[in-house]
Amino acid sequence: MSAPYTIVIGLEVHVQLATQSKLFCGCSTKFGAPPNTQTCPVCIGMPGVLPVMNRRAFELALQAATALDCQIASFTKWDRKNYYYPDLPKGYQISQFDLPFSHAGHLDIDDPDSPGNSHRVGIIRVHLEEDAGKSMHDEVAGQADSRIDLNRTGTPLLEIVTEPDLRSPQQAHVFLNEMKLLLTYLGVSDCNMQEGSLRVDANINLHIDADGEKVATPIVEVKNMNSFRAVERALDYEAGRQYDVWQETGQRLGDVPKQTRGWDEAAEVTRGQRHKEESSDYRYFPEPDLAPVTVDDAQRQGVRDVLGELPAALRTRLQQEFALTPYDADVLVGQGRELVDYFLAVAETSGDGRLASNWVQQYVLRTLNEQAIDIGDYGVAAEQLGDLVRRVAAGELDTGRGREVLADMLASGKPAAEVISARGIEQVDASELETLCRELLAANPKIVDDIKAGKQKAVGALIGQAKKMNPNVNPGQVRELCLQLADTM
Amino acid sequence: MSLVDASAAESLAELAAGRVSAVELTEACLAQIDAHDERVGAFLHVRREAALEEAAGIDRRRAAGESLGALAGLSVAIKDNMCLRGETTTCASRMLADFRPPYDATVVDRLRAADAVIIGKTNLDEFAMGGSTENSALGETRNPWDLGRAPGGSSGGSAAAVAARMVPLAVGSDTGGSIRQPAGLCGVTGMKPTYGRVSRRGLVAFASSLDQIGPLARTAEDAALLLEALAGHDPRDATSVPRKVPAYREGLAKPLKGLRVGIVPEQFAAGLDAQVEASVREGLRVLESLGATIREVALPHSAAGVATYYIIAPCEASSNLARYDGAHYGFRSESTEPTRDAHSREEDNPLVSMYRRTRAGGFGAEVKRRIMLGTYALSAGYYDAYYLKALRVRRLIRQDFDRAFAEVDLLAGPVTASSAFELGEKVDDPLAMYLVDLFTVGANLAGIPGISIPCGFDEGGLPIGLQLQAPPFEEECLLRAAHQFQTATDWHQRRPPL
Repeated sequence: MSAPYTIVIGLEVHVQLATQSKLFCGCSTKFGAPPNTQTCPVCIGMPGVLPVMNRRAFELALQAATALDCQIASFTKWDRKNYYYPDLPKGYQISQFDLPFSHAGHLDIDDPDSPGNSHRVGIIRVHLEEDAGKSMHDEVAGQADSRIDLNRTGTPLLEIVTEPDLRSPQQAHVFLNEMKLLLTYLGVSDCNMQEGSLRVDANINLHIDADGEKVATPIVEVKNMNSFRAVERALDYEAGRQYDVWQETGQRLGDVPKQTRGWDEAAEVTRGQRHKEESSDYRYFPEPDLAPVTVDDAQRQGVRDVLGELPAALRTRLQQEFALTPYDADVLVGQGRELVDYFLAVAETSGDGRLASNWVQQYVLRTLNEQAIDIGDYGVAAEQLGDLVRRVAAGELDTGRGREVLADMLASGKPAAEVISARGIEQVDASELETLCRELLAANPKIVDDIKAGKQKAVGALIGQAKKMNPNVNPGQVRELCLQLADTM
Repeated sequence: MSLVDASAAESLAELAAGRVSAVELTEACLAQIDAHDERVGAFLHVRREAALEEAAGIDRRRAAGESLGALAGLSVAIKDNMCLRGETTTCASRMLADFRPPYDATVVDRLRAADAVIIGKTNLDEFAMGGSTENSALGETRNPWDLGRAPGGSSGGSAAAVAARMVPLAVGSDTGGSIRQPAGLCGVTGMKPTYGRVSRRGLVAFASSLDQIGPLARTAEDAALLLEALAGHDPRDATSVPRKVPAYREGLAKPLKGLRVGIVPEQFAAGLDAQVEASVREGLRVLESLGATIREVALPHSAAGVATYYIIAPCEASSNLARYDGAHYGFRSESTEPTRDAHSREEDNPLVSMYRRTRAGGFGAEVKRRIMLGTYALSAGYYDAYYLKALRVRRLIRQDFDRAFAEVDLLAGPVTASSAFELGEKVDDPLAMYLVDLFTVGANLAGIPGISIPCGFDEGGLPIGLQLQAPPFEEECLLRAAHQFQTATDWHQRRPPL
């Protein structure tokens, strides 16, 4: 039964940019260092310090926004967002308020609610800002001890705000996957949620059809979701909760102030957070310590030139050039650019894209998963696998033997040709094969009769025997030849 | 002539000739400080041992024939809102009374590179907010010409130290007149350079878009010498301008013939003290006698200058001073007494209580007043009416100057409407104190350079200042006019009766 309402979701995604140094000082952005070891007077907000913009961060930000089809502003400036918190040592965050460097973009996703169809999600704006530090609160009752780690303070952070274009928690999940894929393809961020380099907040409400009238429920901002799965589950829960509250109270959008709720992963519920923190007035004003930034057409073009092939275009190319199914193209592209490059090399060397796709997906990916390694650490070079796949395609050896060869290549690091010859694998010539088939048929008159009676399946028993007699025979060829010869007997 | 009466330029010649050592000069300055600073109160910290060591090092290097910096062996005092690595940098605030920065301000780097001897840190209005140095939480500075009067501010300590011959050179900062006004009231030469000319890195920010570091000295030539050492592009200050620093001293001798000087009639209207007006007009005649022509120009929006300034400066200050929250460095209230929200009467959480107590105890009244003014003006619902409107007026003020400078090379007029006021006279009247900035805030709002030079004394023996202002990056012209003026007058040579 479909729900009597439409879910309306917009996302606010924060992504740390993969720069070596922070946005306004030279400190390292490396994750995992001991607390407060990657700081300097600038990022800890000492008196008298001044920010200097990291050009690289701005370039990466431009790449991300361009890839999201955003308009890149000719003139953009920095603003101070003022609020007090111990992990914000200056008492303000350098951010962008009314003139973000980009706006009005979109990202198309494969609609999980309508498979095979694409769904466009608008991007309201993408802006650049500095990250705050981390507060660690001692949860032990009665211990009011809080600790601050400022290593993260000043890390360049991209804020991506979507239009409320998502209609289901599943769409939100797919959108996040697609965006993460895009950003990792660009290399602008590693999008590691565990390390906090990607963080998601969601705004959600319902449009309920109440006796022919469209009613919107109050918008709730959901925070504290630590994985894309958690986003989906939190939004699922929140949609249900909002419907329950609507039925109970009839509260509409505007009846109550916007609420912030945190996802409780263990209890699988959202819980209201304090109202006071939401009513803050950030007193934005232009950052006087930094000059505005201008971007001209040459720079815009320069950014487009370095973007490279993005996931959506790559999927299309794999389907068109190699006749892959949309599913296969998606699986390969979803594994990241390096794996796609590996596949492309296998496809080129082998001359058979679909077979290359099967081998990469079935054998290579399996090994990567089992050993938890990246394609860069995989032991067989793409050209070698391509050579093997080419031989399989040419019928030099069958898939089963091919798998054995691949296992040997992986273990020994030797090229395909060497392993094949070491294993004594060689193509059986036509006369040798015919002799072998005739011997088999002569020794199995019952099977010949069956075949003649139309039971072609019966030939299967001969293939096993043929392999025992000569492991190099191709099962397909044995099958075909035996059927042919049996008919003439 | 005693060592402390010599100008910096004269002392440099003596040092180069080997007739005096850096240690002797430093000792003379220290002796002058010992003799008078108990009464004047120019310094918050004197670096006696460090200064003598630095001087001895310079003497050794000179003896060894090494090449030395442009200020080698000269004593320089620094306003205590500029960071000196490992040494207290207080901003004359309880909030930073024990604060030792982990880095040197760029101007300190430059002074060290010029082999200047940094003799100490001078008093100021807390966080440079004020016009009399009476807002210092850490000491009282008196005007060397009359110990019952204020030295002006906020660079009152630097101006008083130069006037009292404790140092030939001092560094100040000017946000709305804080170099030029105390220079005027103390009878010394003080310059605010073009915004972006001197790096602000390491200057504890009051109002970032207005703050500018500049020199104080007894002569324009010495100011030129010091500015040349301080100025220049700093890649670590994004508002610093990548523009070559002229050899300011070399252009000083060029005559003023043909120089077009503008005066603004409103600056000579009601409110200007008659003796100040007489001295300033006499100063204009001196410029004419040197070949300048004088004509009237209009600055139609200058009347809105103080109002505009007292929106923009507090707005920026309210944000710049947010970092003093007790969490990371500086003063923190150790009381655990809970505080309450003024509106809801609800008890604050422990963090908010700490913030409230720290900021209540760490800041003085004027700083709090400006933080509140700025916070208010930036708040939702007021931003457009105050901050945005002030920005618009600021642009108009800059346009006024641009138009005026299309007609004239310099503007001349009074620095302040009257000579030094009595200590305590204006402390209970913030508005009267704000109006002291009437003639000086324009240069900060427009980002242009201005200089204050002595042009006379009133009947009470108090110095009177003449302000010259120039288009952006025309410091050379300002210094030349000031120097030529000083070749024709001797107001700058007078000694206060200490």
